[in-house]
Amino acid sequence: MSDKITFNLDGKKVIAELGESIWQVAKRQGTTIPHLCWKDEPGYRADGNCRACMVEVEGERVLAASCVRQPTAGMNVITQSERAKTSRKMVIELLLADQPKMKDAHDSESDFIGWTKAMNVKTSRFPKSKRPKTDISHSAMAVNLDACIHCNLCVRACREVQVNDVIGMASRGADSKIVFDFDDPMGQSSCVACGECVQICPTGALMPKTIVDDKGRGGRVADREVNSVCPYCGVGCQITYKIRNNKKTGRDEIAWVEGAGGKSNENRLCVKGRFGFDYVTSPERLTKPLIRIPGKPKGLNMDPSKPLENFREATWDEALKVAAKGLKTIRKEKGPKALAGFGSAKCSNEEAYLFQKLVRTGFGSNNVDHCTRLCHASSVAALMETIGSGAVTAPFMAVKDSDVIIVIGANPTENHPVAATYFKQAAKRGAELIVMDPRGQGLKRHSTHMLQFKSGSDVAMLNAIMHVIVEEDLYDKQYIQSHTEGFKNIKKHLKDFSPEKMAEICGIDAGELRTVARKYATAGRSIIFWGMGVSQHTHGTDNARCLISLALMTGQTGRPGTGLHPLRGQNNVQGASDAGLIPMLLPDYMKVGDTDIRAKFEKLWGAELDPNPGLTVVEIINAIHSDEITGMYIMGENPAMSDPDANHARAALAKLDHLVVQDIFLTETAMFADVVLPATAWPEKDGTVSNTNRQVQMGRKALDAPGEAKPDWWITQAIAKGMGLKWTYRKPEDVFTEMKQAMPSLNNITWDRLENENSVTYPCPAIDHPGDDIVFADRFPTNDGLGKFVPASVRAPNEVPDKKFPFILITGRQLEHWHTGAMTRRSYVLDQVQPSPTVQMNMKDIDKFGINPGDMVKVSTRRGEVKIAVRVDNMVSPGTVFIPFAYVEASANELTNPQLDPIGKIPEFKYCAAKVEPLH
Amino acid sequence: MDTHLIKKKTKPVRPGGKTRKKARPFPKGRQVVPSALKDVQKLLTGKSLASEMLIEHLHLIQDKFGHLSAEHLAALAEEMKLAQAEVYEVATFYHHFDVVREGENAPPEITIRVCDSLSCEMAGAQDIMKALKDKAPKYVRVQHAPCMGLCDKAPAAAIGKNYTGDVSVSNLLKAAKARDVKPEKPKYQTFDAYVKDGGYKVLKKLRKGAKSPDDVIETLLEAGLRGLGGAGFPSGQKWKFVRAVEGTRYMCINADEGEPGTFKDRLYLQTKPHQFLEGMLIGAWGVEADAVYIYLRDEYPAIRNILVKEIALLEKKKIIKPGYVHLRRGAGAYICGEESAMIESIEGKRGLPRHRPPYVAQVGLFGRPTLVHNVETVYLMPEILAKGADWFIKEGREGHKGNRSYSVSGRVKKPGVVLTAAGATAEELIELCGGMERDHTFKGYLPGGPSGGILPAKMGNLPLDFGQLEKYGSFVGSHAVVILSDKDHMRDVSVNLLKFFEDESCGQCTPCRVGCEKAVKLMSAKKWNTNLLGQLSGAMTDASICGLGQAAPNPIKSVIKYFKKDVS
Repeated sequence: MSDKITFNLDGKKVIAELGESIWQVAKRQGTTIPHLCWKDEPGYRADGNCRACMVEVEGERVLAASCVRQPTAGMNVITQSERAKTSRKMVIELLLADQPKMKDAHDSESDFIGWTKAMNVKTSRFPKSKRPKTDISHSAMAVNLDACIHCNLCVRACREVQVNDVIGMASRGADSKIVFDFDDPMGQSSCVACGECVQICPTGALMPKTIVDDKGRGGRVADREVNSVCPYCGVGCQITYKIRNNKKTGRDEIAWVEGAGGKSNENRLCVKGRFGFDYVTSPERLTKPLIRIPGKPKGLNMDPSKPLENFREATWDEALKVAAKGLKTIRKEKGPKALAGFGSAKCSNEEAYLFQKLVRTGFGSNNVDHCTRLCHASSVAALMETIGSGAVTAPFMAVKDSDVIIVIGANPTENHPVAATYFKQAAKRGAELIVMDPRGQGLKRHSTHMLQFKSGSDVAMLNAIMHVIVEEDLYDKQYIQSHTEGFKNIKKHLKDFSPEKMAEICGIDAGELRTVARKYATAGRSIIFWGMGVSQHTHGTDNARCLISLALMTGQTGRPGTGLHPLRGQNNVQGASDAGLIPMLLPDYMKVGDTDIRAKFEKLWGAELDPNPGLTVVEIINAIHSDEITGMYIMGENPAMSDPDANHARAALAKLDHLVVQDIFLTETAMFADVVLPATAWPEKDGTVSNTNRQVQMGRKALDAPGEAKPDWWITQAIAKGMGLKWTYRKPEDVFTEMKQAMPSLNNITWDRLENENSVTYPCPAIDHPGDDIVFADRFPTNDGLGKFVPASVRAPNEVPDKKFPFILITGRQLEHWHTGAMTRRSYVLDQVQPSPTVQMNMKDIDKFGINPGDMVKVSTRRGEVKIAVRVDNMVSPGTVFIPFAYVEASANELTNPQLDPIGKIPEFKYCAAKVEPLH
Repeated sequence: MDTHLIKKKTKPVRPGGKTRKKARPFPKGRQVVPSALKDVQKLLTGKSLASEMLIEHLHLIQDKFGHLSAEHLAALAEEMKLAQAEVYEVATFYHHFDVVREGENAPPEITIRVCDSLSCEMAGAQDIMKALKDKAPKYVRVQHAPCMGLCDKAPAAAIGKNYTGDVSVSNLLKAAKARDVKPEKPKYQTFDAYVKDGGYKVLKKLRKGAKSPDDVIETLLEAGLRGLGGAGFPSGQKWKFVRAVEGTRYMCINADEGEPGTFKDRLYLQTKPHQFLEGMLIGAWGVEADAVYIYLRDEYPAIRNILVKEIALLEKKKIIKPGYVHLRRGAGAYICGEESAMIESIEGKRGLPRHRPPYVAQVGLFGRPTLVHNVETVYLMPEILAKGADWFIKEGREGHKGNRSYSVSGRVKKPGVVLTAAGATAEELIELCGGMERDHTFKGYLPGGPSGGILPAKMGNLPLDFGQLEKYGSFVGSHAVVILSDKDHMRDVSVNLLKFFEDESCGQCTPCRVGCEKAVKLMSAKKWNTNLLGQLSGAMTDASICGLGQAAPNPIKSVIKYFKKDVS
C-alpha cells in the first residue's frame, strides 16, 4: 500500500503524505486557509473547533474542517468555493461580535485580528453578549477572556503539550469558559506559569503582562529578535528573545521571551525560561570593578544592592592588576598548590575551557573544580568506571519510544520542567512511569507506580529489584554475554538481597518491588532517569552503579527508548565538565595522570602540566582551613551558598588572603572577595553550551552589557595575561577552534554549524549529520568495549536521625528559584511566586507541633540553624523535612553535612539529621 | 592582604526585591482537605478509580451530599489521580451536577425542575415556573429543564428524582413538602413473564449457532430495520462495519432519549425491559462485543432502578457474565444523545461530539470499534428475528418497511406513543390521537422534534419516514411529532426551540455555540432580520461539527419558509 494519497485540490491533482490534513497540503500548495484553533506547531493536534478553515468536499452534505480532515484518494476538495468562503467569514463575524474594540485589543498582532483583516471582516452584525472580567491575579500573565474565542489552544497547551493540567473548558455552550482549576484566579491556581498558553493564544486573551498596559492593551510587537538558549537548567531549551527599545532609557530590553524550535524543547519553556530574564536589568547588577576597602570585614554583612558599603569602584586596569598580582604573589611565595579556582557551569563552554586552562597553565596546578562536584560527580564516576563515558546514553526525548520509564531521585517537574513534559506525555500515551523517590512529587499523579522509599535506602531497593530479575531469570543473557563483564560476580552478590528482606529497609512492599522489576526487565524498551536524589549521597556512586547494572543486565540501553540518563542540573554542567573543569580530568575526560595525554596538552598549551589530580570543591574549602590554599579565583560560582556546611565554607572564604570573584551580582561569595570583577549576563554574550542530551547549542548576544561589565572569557583572558600568559583570543569562536583540537568529542561540530543549526549533538559522525542521540549500541567506550557490573552493598547515610536530631533533612531546588537564587530572586515574577524560604513538612508533623502552616520554626543540625516558615506539603513523608537552598535568609546549606562519597567526592546534601522547634 | 574574619554573625540581606512578602504556607493551588478526602474514600470504597468512572463518582457525591462542593471535588481529583481542571470541567458540563465553590451557598434541599421544552411550554410550563418561584419555600429551588420524556403528560416536572406529568403548582409543592422525591415504580413485564412469552429464545438459539452473524445481518437488512434514534442508518450495515475491525469491540446502547417530544424509549424500557435487553444482547452477540454499555439519561431514574435489578438477574441466570453489561448514567446533557458525545461521556469526559471520520463503528469507545444502537432499534430485533424479515416488512405500508413508534404530543386530545405502520402522516396521527384539542386548529407540526424543523398543516399529508421530508428542509428523526395549532405563535415556538439548542449546545464549535446564542437574540425581535438569520442558518448547517448545530437552525429556516407572517 502506498503511503501517499492523490486527490484534487481546487481542481489540481495533489499528493498528500499519510497523516497530512487538507490544510497542510493546501499550505504546501501555497494556499493558507484561514485558521484559528489550529496551530501549525509541534505538539498541537488539530481540534477542528473554530470552523474558520471549512472547505467543500465534493459529494458531502456539509463542509469539512480542513485542519482535522485528511484527504482520501480521489477526493475533490474545493477551498475557494463561495459556500466555503461564506461559512468561514460567518465564523469570523460571529466571533468578532464579542471581541474588544480594535483600539482596546490585548494583542494588536493576534492571529484573530490578522484574519479579520485578511478576510476583510471589519464589523459584526450580531448583538454582543456579556463578557468575562479581566483576571490579573498572576504576576506574569494577564487573562482577558473577553477576547477568548474558545479555540481550546490553551487547554491543549496546558493539558497535552506541557501536561500541567491546570486549564480546563468548564460549563457548556455559550456559558463555556476557560478556567484554571475550579475557575480560580490564575494567580491562586495550581498554574506553574510555564506560559505555554500565552505563547499559543491566537487572540491576546492570554498575554505576558510585560507587554500590555494597565488597561490590558498591547501587542506582540518586537523591534528585533535573537535566538538563543535558556540559561537555567540542563534541558537547554532554545528561546527567542523579543527585544524592544525602551524609549525612556534608550536601552534595549527583553520585552518577552518565546520558546523556539529546539529538539529538546520544541517551543516549550518553563516559568524561568519564559519569565525569568529581568534579572539582567536588575539595579543590583555590577557595572564597575570593585576593590575591597581596607579594613572592611568579609562576610554576609552587607546589602548586595549597596556594594560601596565595603568596596570602592576601580578601573579595569587597576582591578585586574590587583587581582592578578595577588594571585601571582601567592604562586610565587607559596607555590602553585596554594591557589585554586572554581569555574562555573553557568558560563559557556569556551569560558569553562579558558578557566581550566588558566588554572592549569597559569596557576600551575589542577586545583580547578565547579559545581558538577555538588551535583552529579558520583554519577559521572560510576558511569566512567562501568561504561567509560560520563554522559547520557540517550536524550530524554527518547521516552517517546519507551514502554517503561523509571525516574529515580529526580523531581523533573520542578527541576527539569520541560523534560518532565516529555515524561508526562509518555505516561499519557500509556507508557509505564515508575517514580522512585522518598518525596512524593509532581510526577506522582502521572505514575503507574510510586515507590516512596525510605531516604538513603536506594541500594537496598535497587539490589532487591535486580535480585528479582536474576532469581526469575528475566535478564538478557545474550546482551550480558556480548556486551558486559562481571555478571557472575554481581549475580552472586545479589543473592542476599531478596525483596522480602529488603522491604523492611527500603519501606517498599516486596510484591511491588517484584512487579516493578518484572515490568522494567520484560518491557521492550525501558529507560532510567536519575537526579541528585541518587547522586548527592555518601553512597551516591553505589546508587548509580546499581542503576547501571540494572540497565546492563536487562540490555535496556543502546536502543531507541532505552538507556541511562542522569538529568544534568546546570545549563552547561555537561559542557563545563567536557571542557575540563574537573581537578582530575583534562578536557574530554582525559586523565591528568596519563603522561601521553598530558604531553599532548602540554604541546597544545605550551606549558608544563601538573601530573597530580587537584582538589575538589569541598577539599579546597578544607585546604583553606588548613592553610594549604590561600588564594582563589572564582568565576560565577557561589560556594558561600552552595557548599555543604556553608558556615564552614564561608569561614574558609573569609580566611583567604586573596579572593577574586567575577560575577554579575555581588553574590554571597563576592561579599568575601578582595576584588570583584563585573561580568556580562548570559543574554549579553556569545558562546556555546552543552545540555543534558549532549547537544552543543549556540547562545547569542541579545543585549549590550550594563556599564563596564565584560564577558567572562574576556576577564579570564585578562587575568591570564596579568599572570604572564600570552593569550590572544579575540572572540569565543577562537576559543572554540582551539577546543576542537583538544576535544575529539567536538569532531564534525563547527562554530559555523552551530551558528546555522543552533544545535548539534555529540558524538557527531559527519559534518552533515545532526549527531547521535542514542549511543553505545555496539560497544562501550571502555578498553574492551564491555560494560562492567560493579556490585554495591548497603551503607547507611553518614548521619542518621537520633533522639536529639530526629528528622531527616533533604535539600534541593524548587521550580522558581535557580540554585542559590542569584538570578531568580532578582526576577520579579519568580520572586513574586516564591518570595521567601520555607521548610516543607508533612501535615502530621506540623500537627504534632501544634503549629499552623506559615508559622516560624527553627531547623537545626549539628552544623547550624535557620529560622524559617513552615509550608505544609504532604508529598514530604512524615519524619522528613525539605528546604530549598536558594534563600540566604535561611540558608539550607548551613545545615547540610559535608561528608563525601569516597569516589565521587560529592557531599550528602540529601540526608542529614535535623531538629525542628516551633518559634513562638 | 590582611585577613578579616567575621566578628559576629549578622542577618544576611536577601538579593532582589526588598519588600518582604510572606512565604507561601501551602503548595500552589487548592489543597485537599483531609475530612473531604475521607468522605470521598468512603463513597468510593471498592469502586474502580479509572478515569472513565468520573461521572458515576460525581453522581455518588451529588446523591449523597446534594451538591458537589469544591472540597469534595478536589478530594475526588486526588483520589482518581485526575487534575482538578479535569474534574471541574466535567462536573460543570452536566446540568444535574451542582458545583458549589468555596464561599457559595449549597442549593436548597429539594430541586423542582420544570420542563420547558415545547410541549410542556405549550401546556403552561412558564406560568407554573413563575408561580412556583414565587411560592416556593426556602428548602425548594426551582429550575427550568429540558424535555423529560413526559410530553404525553405535559406539563411535566421533577421533584428531586420524582419525575411526573400533568403537574400543577399545588401538587408540586405538596410533593416537595412530603419529600416525595423518589422515582415512581412502574409495573413491567418480569423476566419470568417474558421468558414464558418466548423471551430469550432467539438469543439462546443464536448463541448456540443457529445462525451466523452474517445471516442475521442479511435478515436485518432485508427487513429494513434502521436506527431509530433518529439517524435511520441501516442496522445490519452497522454490524458489518463494526465486524470489519478485528480485536476488542464494544457495544453501546443509546438510551439518552433527549430530543424534545420523544418518549418512546421510555415506554419500552419501563414496560418490557427484557425485550430490550434481549435485543441488546443479540446486537452484542452480532459484533462479539467484549462489553456492553447502556447510557441511560438521568431523567429516567425509575428505569435505572429497573435495569439495575434486571441486569443483576440476568447475571444470576447466567445469561450474561457478571460485569459484562455496564449501566451508565447520564447527567443532564442532550448532546450525549449524539453517539460520539455519548461515548465521550461513557469515558468519563464532557460530552463533546467527535469529528467524523473516523466513525464510531471503527474508532469508538476507548478507541475501539463500537456498535451503537438506540433502545427501540434493539427492542425490535428479537421480534424481527423470531418472526422473520417478511413479517416486519409487511408491518409497514406501501413503500415503507416496518412499524414505527411515533411520540405524538402537543395540541391533540390524547397524546402518546402511536405504534403504527411506517410512513404515517401527521393528519393520521392526529386522528389516532383522538383529534385536535378543543378550540385548536391544526397549524403545523414538528415531524421530528426541534431538530426536524416545522412543517405547515398543508403538508400534514406527507409520509413521515426517513428520506421523505428532506426536500422540504425537514426530517423525521426520532419520530417525535409535536402538533401545533392556531394558538401557537411561530416566533415563540421557534425561540423555544432555539433556546433549547442554546442551552444544550456543547459549546465546542463556533457556529453552534455562538450561532445559537446570537440566533436567540435575533429571533426575539418582533420583526426578524431574515437576511442575517438566513445567512447564519446556512453557516450553522454547513459548518457545525455535529447534528445538533447542523439541525439547530431548521426551525429558523422553517419559520422563514412557511410561517413568515409570524415574524414580519
